[in-house]
Amino acid sequence: MLRVFLRGANTKAQKCLYGRAHPTNLQHHRHYTSGESSGAAKVVAVGLVTLGSSIGGTVLYAKWDPKFRTAVEKNIPYSDWLLGMALGPNPYSPVTAHKKQVELSQPPSMMTEESRSSKIKKEKNIKEEPSVSTASETTSAPVYSAQSIEESSAEASHIISAISEVPSVPAPHDTEAAVLTEECKECHHHGDTPVPAMVEAVDSMTEGPLKERPAEEVTARLAQQEQEDQDILASVSASLEESLASSAKTTLQAIGAQEAALQAIGSHTHKLKEAMEAEVPPDQKSAQWRDLETALAERRSTVNDAGAALLKARDALDSLRSVIDKAKESKVAAVQPLVLAAEENLHSMVVDLDQAVTKVQSAESEAKIVSQYTELVNEAKRQFQKELSSLTPEIQANWKGLTGKLSADDLNALIAHAHRRIDQLNRELAEQRVREQVHIEAALEQQKLEDQKALDKAVHTATQHSKEEARLEQERKLSELREVMEAEMRTQLRRQAAAHTDHLRDILKVQEQELRSEAEQVLNSKMLEQETHYRQLTQEQLDNFTLDMNAAYARLKGMEEAIDSHVIAEEEARKAHQLWLSVEALSYTLKTAGSDLPTKPLESAVQAIQDSCCNNEFALALASALPEESLRRGVYSEASLRSRFNSLRSMVRRVALIDESHNSLYQYFLSYLQAALLFEEKQAMPPTQLTNEDLDPFKLLSYASYCLEHEDLELAAKFVNQLRGEARRVVQDWLTEARLTLETRQVVTLLSAYANAVGLGTTQAP
Amino acid sequence: MADEHGRKWDRCLADTAVKTVTGISVGIVLSVLFFKRRTWPVSLGSGMGLGMGYSNCQHDFRSPYLLHGNMVKDQ
Repeated sequence: MLRVFLRGANTKAQKCLYGRAHPTNLQHHRHYTSGESSGAAKVVAVGLVTLGSSIGGTVLYAKWDPKFRTAVEKNIPYSDWLLGMALGPNPYSPVTAHKKQVELSQPPSMMTEESRSSKIKKEKNIKEEPSVSTASETTSAPVYSAQSIEESSAEASHIISAISEVPSVPAPHDTEAAVLTEECKECHHHGDTPVPAMVEAVDSMTEGPLKERPAEEVTARLAQQEQEDQDILASVSASLEESLASSAKTTLQAIGAQEAALQAIGSHTHKLKEAMEAEVPPDQKSAQWRDLETALAERRSTVNDAGAALLKARDALDSLRSVIDKAKESKVAAVQPLVLAAEENLHSMVVDLDQAVTKVQSAESEAKIVSQYTELVNEAKRQFQKELSSLTPEIQANWKGLTGKLSADDLNALIAHAHRRIDQLNRELAEQRVREQVHIEAALEQQKLEDQKALDKAVHTATQHSKEEARLEQERKLSELREVMEAEMRTQLRRQAAAHTDHLRDILKVQEQELRSEAEQVLNSKMLEQETHYRQLTQEQLDNFTLDMNAAYARLKGMEEAIDSHVIAEEEARKAHQLWLSVEALSYTLKTAGSDLPTKPLESAVQAIQDSCCNNEFALALASALPEESLRRGVYSEASLRSRFNSLRSMVRRVALIDESHNSLYQYFLSYLQAALLFEEKQAMPPTQLTNEDLDPFKLLSYASYCLEHEDLELAAKFVNQLRGEARRVVQDWLTEARLTLETRQVVTLLSAYANAVGLGTTQAP
Repeated sequence: MADEHGRKWDRCLADTAVKTVTGISVGIVLSVLFFKRRTWPVSLGSGMGLGMGYSNCQHDFRSPYLLHGNMVKDQ
């Protein structure tokens, strides 16, 4: 294209140049140029069309194939901007590919997560409703906490599921929460029954939230309760004792009375029997009968007393029973044994009383029999008496004393009566023997009935007694068991208390150790502080003392040193003077250069310097830095060098063109010609910076000459050093000489400066 | 060093002169003896002499710039 343009430009130029003088050419050219211009436009248009179509094609293909798009974006800069503008952001960049994969794998887990969470939520809702309705405030707290955990986890899972980018891990928390809720339900169902009681107790005790009563209140309450119990116990025991005592007294009294009655009955019966059966003289008989009557009266009285005492005792026992029952109702535990004991006592008293009563009853029945017998006998006697009196009316008195007074008739009548009576009695006896069986049976029946009755009664009383005994036994056993339990509980509590005390002891020991170690630490730290403080003080003192000592010593030393240094300084000054003198000698020798003659050899002067500054390394080094040539042969002065240079100059000019490659005789000729024809300044001031042009030999020579005229050998040497080729070979000697001179002069100036410095340093101001 | 240049020139010129004269003389001798007193041997001889002198002179002037190498045989 460029060529085309150029050609076009050329032809246009030609057209301008040629004008219309050459029509054919022009025509040709015009045709060519017009063709060219239209062609150019065509080419431009075609180029633009291809460019646009290529761009459009790439865009379309990028839209269809994302990989191609990424490749294009990667390789061609700014294409991503263009493609982004045209198509929108790249959906298939390599970063989002991973996300897509993650998304694809996520839905199954997500769905399960959601379903599970929803299920749990439903379950929870179903279960929670009835439980919430029945639950009280206190027990729903754990349920609520579980609910909150559940809710929060469900919410979290929902939120996580909402962010579709991140895969949500099925939280173990959910299952835990579900399990927790289930467990909570179970325990909740269990806890329903004790809940109301607890709630009641809670409500009764405290209002609002449950809180532990303070220890003082508890102890006060306990003390109060104990006090109450003690009071109740005291009262109950007092009442029990009272009633027991009274009942015991009455019972004993009753028993005593019963015993007395028994005794009386027994004695009476015995006496009666004796009186009935014994044959004693009449006066003793009347005494006997009187005894009998007294005994009878006694018996009656004792029986009455016994009856009254029995009633009293029964009343007392009833009252005791009522008291015991009342005492049983009280809840105090300590009352129970007392109650039990009282019951036992009661029972025993009742038993004794009943026994005594039965004894008395049996004695009474016996006595009844005997009395019946006596009555019968008395009846018979009375009958006999009556008959006897009817027969023998005059005999009224005791028939035993009648034997001497009776006549034979009376006796016969009596005997006949007696015989008749005997017959009658025999007949009665026979009748009686006949009716014996029936009488016996009737008697047996009666006896059986009575026996039955007695048995029933005895059985009844015995059962009652045994029931009572069993109950008492049970209660005794219960109390024993309770005691045992209490003892065991006490031992357990004691054990617990012992464990607690052990634990406390351990903790106290540990605490004691900790506190001790703390205290020790504190003590140690304090001690350390004190020690360090003390040490610091002593150290300070010591330091101060040492400082003073050191100061004094230092001053002494200083004074000594000052004196010594004075001496040394004097020495140094002398040496410096010597050095200076020798250096001056050396510099003088430099001046001894004649024109075109070198100076004297510097060897001797250098030797002198070396001798004078044998221990001065710097001077020695400098002295040894002098070049050999100068030592042996001496150096040329600057003036001689200058003059030499001037002669050299022409030579250099002549061979300016000659170097390694240009060194034929023809070059020599040319060089000579140049030297003859070229004129340069004799002396030209050298610029501060050399350019390539300045490296021309002629210029260099003029610079060097200028420098030499201005006493700058060094710069002149530098310029001369820039010569190359044959010119350089020509000035080599001069250059070495100049170098030598410069070196020597440098060393000498250094030495003199050094000597001056040393001299200045060591010179003492007056 | 500068003197050397002058010395070289002296040598060179002397050498060239000698060679030229020698060449001329040899030419004369030859032309007299063998070439029937033609002039060409003289010019030849002078030319040769000049040339040799020139060459020597050039070589002399070049001598500082000539490098001498030694072949080292592998042993």
